Amino acid sequence: MKNTVISVRNLVKKFGNFIANDNLTFEVYKGEIFGFLGANGAGKTTAIRILSGLSKPTSGEVIVAGFDARKQPEQIKKNIGYMCQKFSLYEDLTVKENIMLYGGIYGMKKQLIRDRTRSLLERLQFEEYGDRLIAALPLGLKQKLAFSVAVLHEPKIVFLDEPTGGVDPITRRQFWEMIYETAARGITVFVTTHYMDEAEYCDRVSIMNEGKIEALDTPAGLKKQYQAGSIEEVFISIARPGKN
Amino acid sequence: MKRFLVFVKKEFLHIFRDVRTMIILFLIPGALILLFGFVVNTDLKNATVSFLDLSRDEMTVKLTDKICSSGFFFRGENLDSYQEIDQALRGNKIKAVIIFEKDFSRKLISDGKATVNIITDGSEPNMATMATNYISAIIADFNSELVTNGTTATLLVQPEVRMFYNPSLKSQHMFVPGVITLIMILICALMTSITITREKEFGTMEALLVSPLKPIQIILGKIVPYFILSFVDVIIILLLSRYVFDLPVKGSIILLLAETMLYILMSLSLGILISSVVNTMQQAIFISLVGMMLPAILLSGFIYPIGNMPKIYDWISAIMPPRYFIIIIKNVMIKGTGFSYIWKETLFLVLFTLFAIVLSIRKFNIRLQ
Repeated sequence: MKNTVISVRNLVKKFGNFIANDNLTFEVYKGEIFGFLGANGAGKTTAIRILSGLSKPTSGEVIVAGFDARKQPEQIKKNIGYMCQKFSLYEDLTVKENIMLYGGIYGMKKQLIRDRTRSLLERLQFEEYGDRLIAALPLGLKQKLAFSVAVLHEPKIVFLDEPTGGVDPITRRQFWEMIYETAARGITVFVTTHYMDEAEYCDRVSIMNEGKIEALDTPAGLKKQYQAGSIEEVFISIARPGKN
Repeated sequence: MKRFLVFVKKEFLHIFRDVRTMIILFLIPGALILLFGFVVNTDLKNATVSFLDLSRDEMTVKLTDKICSSGFFFRGENLDSYQEIDQALRGNKIKAVIIFEKDFSRKLISDGKATVNIITDGSEPNMATMATNYISAIIADFNSELVTNGTTATLLVQPEVRMFYNPSLKSQHMFVPGVITLIMILICALMTSITITREKEFGTMEALLVSPLKPIQIILGKIVPYFILSFVDVIIILLLSRYVFDLPVKGSIILLLAETMLYILMSLSLGILISSVVNTMQQAIFISLVGMMLPAILLSGFIYPIGNMPKIYDWISAIMPPRYFIIIIKNVMIKGTGFSYIWKETLFLVLFTLFAIVLSIRKFNIRLQ
C-alpha cells in the first residue's frame, strides 16, 4: 500500500477568465521523486503555490501532508520545505546565521539546529565555510546549501522550483545525489525542471500543457506510451504548439 | 513568538552589516542637524554696513555707534557721495548702506523729525529683509532713548519688530523640528520600503511566505528594528539640540516622544504601503524620495512658510503628514503647549496611519491570492 502525501482532485484555479490550472488530478507518494514538467506558462508555478499553501484553489480538493490547502495552509507550511529558482539564502548573513534563521523560523530548538548544522556542514564538506558570508560562496555551493536548509526541519515534502538553474553539470549531478539521499530518508521531493535529462532521474513525471496534466507515468512508461527514445521527445510531442 | 524574534534578529543583522544603512541611520541625522544648525544659518551676524553721513553731527555719530556696537553689524568704509553707493553694494561685501540726510540733528530738533535711508542689496532678499528689520529696530530703540532723555517728543521711525517664541531669532528653532520630520520620513518610509522590496527582488520573500511565519509577523519583523532605531535617532537629535544649540524642550517631553512615536509609526506604514505597490528597490527609492522627501522638505512649512505659497500648494500640503507633525513638534518643543492645542493634528496623523495600514493589508492579501 503506497502512502499518499499529496492528493489533488479536480483542482481548478482561475484568474478572472484565465484558467491557470484546469481540472488537475494526481497523487504523490511518500519518499517519491516527483518530476513536474511543463513549458513556461503551463501552470506549474500556480500549482506549486497552491500546494505550498500560498494561494487558494478556485475549486477542487487539495490535501498536502494530510492538511487541506483551502482551510489549513498554515499547517501545510509547517510540514513542507521550499526552494525556489531564485536563490533564497541571505547574502549578507553567514552560512551558520542563515541556517539558524530558517531553523528558528520553522520552530526548531537551538540545540537541534546546532547539531544538524554540524552534520550538514560535514556532509557537504564545507566545515570551513560555516562563518563565511553567503555572498562569498560560489553558486554551486549556494544551491546545495539552499537545498540542505530547505530540508533542515525534516519536512514531509520538499518543493524544488527549478533548483538547478544556472549551475554547472558537476554540481547538478551532486545536487541530484542529494535529492536521492533525501528521498531515501522518506522525504518526498516535488521538483520542476527544464532539464530533460533530470526528468529521467525522477520516479514519476507529469507533463503539463496549457493548464492541464497531459501525461503522468514513470519515465520508462512515458517513453513506451509515446514511442519515444527520451523524455525530451515525449515533452516536445506534448508541448508542441498546434499539435492537435 | 520565538520565530518572530529570530526574524527580528535577522533584520538587525541586515542593518548592522550594511554600511550604507548605518550611514543613513546614524551619520546623516547628526550631520544634518549640525549642518543646518551651523552652516545654513539664517541669523544675521556680522553683516557689513557702510554709512553715507551727509551731516556728521552729534546725533548721526551716536546712531552710527549704536548700530555698529549692536553685535549684528560690522562698520564698513564711510562713503562720501551717492555715486559711491552702487559700487559699494556691487562689491558683495557690503550688505547695506545707511544714509543720514543733511542737517540731521538740526532737523530733528527743529522739525521733530529727520530721515534715515536704508539701502540694501536686494539680490539677497533674506539678508536684505533681515538687515532692514534689525536696523529699524535699532533706530526705534534710539528714538525711545531720545524720548526718555527729553530731547524730542516725536519719533523718527516707528518699526514694531518683535519675535515671539524665538526672541534671539535663532534659526535652530526652525531647523531642529524640520530635521526630525525629514529624517523620520527618510529612515522609516525609505528604509522599510527598500528592505521589503529587497526581499522580493532576491526571492527570499517567497521563502518567507511559504514558511510558517505569518505575513503580519513578516511585516512587524521589518518594522520593529526601524522603529527602535529611529526612536534612538530622535533622542540623539534632541540631545544634540539641547547641548549643542542650547535648545531645550519647553513642553512635556513625554508628549513630544509620544507624538514622535506616532509619526514614526505613520512613516513606517507609509513605507510598507510603498513596498506593497512596487516590485523593485529602484521604484521604492524613487517613490520615497520624490513622493515623500520632496514634499516633506518643500511643502511642510519646514523651509518655506505655507502662508506664502499659492493656494494650490497649500491644499496639496494639507494632505501631507509632515506639515502636521511640524506644527505638533514646534508647539511642544518651542512654545511648550499641551495636547489640547495639537489634538487636531494628532488626530490627522492617527487617521493617516490607519489609512496606510488598512490599504497595505488589503494590497498584501490581493497579492497572496
